[in-house]
Amino acid sequence: MAVDKNMNILIVDDYKTMLRILRNLLKQLGFDHVEEAADGSAALQVLRGSGHFGLVISDWNMEPMTGLQLLREVRADAKLKSTPFIMVTAESKSENVIAAKEAGVSNYIVKPFNAATLKSKMVSVLGDF
Amino acid sequence: MPGDAIDQSLAVRLDTFRREHGDLVRFDRVSEMVVEVVACVRKGVVDQNLVLIRELETLASYIRNIKHEIASVRPDEIQQRYLPTATDELDAIVESTETATNAILAAAEVISDIAATMEGTGADRMMDVTTSIYEACSFQDITGQRIGKVVKALKVIEARIDRLTQTFSSEIEEMMNPAGAEAQAGDASLLNGPQLPEFAKNQDEIDALFG
Repeated sequence: MAVDKNMNILIVDDYKTMLRILRNLLKQLGFDHVEEAADGSAALQVLRGSGHFGLVISDWNMEPMTGLQLLREVRADAKLKSTPFIMVTAESKSENVIAAKEAGVSNYIVKPFNAATLKSKMVSVLGDF
Repeated sequence: MPGDAIDQSLAVRLDTFRREHGDLVRFDRVSEMVVEVVACVRKGVVDQNLVLIRELETLASYIRNIKHEIASVRPDEIQQRYLPTATDELDAIVESTETATNAILAAAEVISDIAATMEGTGADRMMDVTTSIYEACSFQDITGQRIGKVVKALKVIEARIDRLTQTFSSEIEEMMNPAGAEAQAGDASLLNGPQLPEFAKNQDEIDALFG
């Protein structure tokens, strides 16, 4: 099935600069419907709102709710549990990756990253576009 | 005299008694023997106390030296001046790199928008360049996180110095040089590097100084 480039994507990061970079990179990949949240709890509010999101791209290290906690909340929520979830983080220890995998992450990108890596991980999660 | 030495001394004394008087001793000799044994033990205990007192004196001198060392490091200055300054400077780095990064991103967004209205290899090239700029700007996020870790480490150091100064507060205060051990003088006092935004003079204020 072709990837719908009009789908909503939620990007979550406590650094405004990173949100801006992600938004621009996604725009270059053809995804214009991008919402932002500054931490896991704000993201959860957006996800539990009226819109449907085809992808969540989240940082890990945020307060008060981390990306891992957000991921667990998403996977525990009957309506949200199948939402593709990519973690984009500077946390690069293997135990972090294992914890994220155990929590049900769809893919994992280590910061700093480039546009090609972002695209390849999105393709592996969503399919080719 | 340590415990073993006392035991040996007593044993020698008892052997001597046995050799001189045999196993049967007259009752009036027993009291003499007891007085001699008590004197022997007392001497041993006094010797032992002297060793302990000497060790305690060495320990007290060591602690005094440590307090002098702590006082010479000026923990009050580290706590009240250097650590807060370091934290403020690091916060200023994060703020200024964020401002600069956003300016770069804004410029790249304009280029990207222009490239989107164009066609051909030139447009593709411009788009590639803006992608590279976006990627490079992610340094701000990483440096911000690294600086955050340094600030946390400084806070741990501050808390530990606080505990240290509380433990020795009244004693080391007397040993500290009130003038500040590292006060700069002359031209060196003018070398302060970039000022934090709230303390920095802007160009208009500098111009005003020239009348």
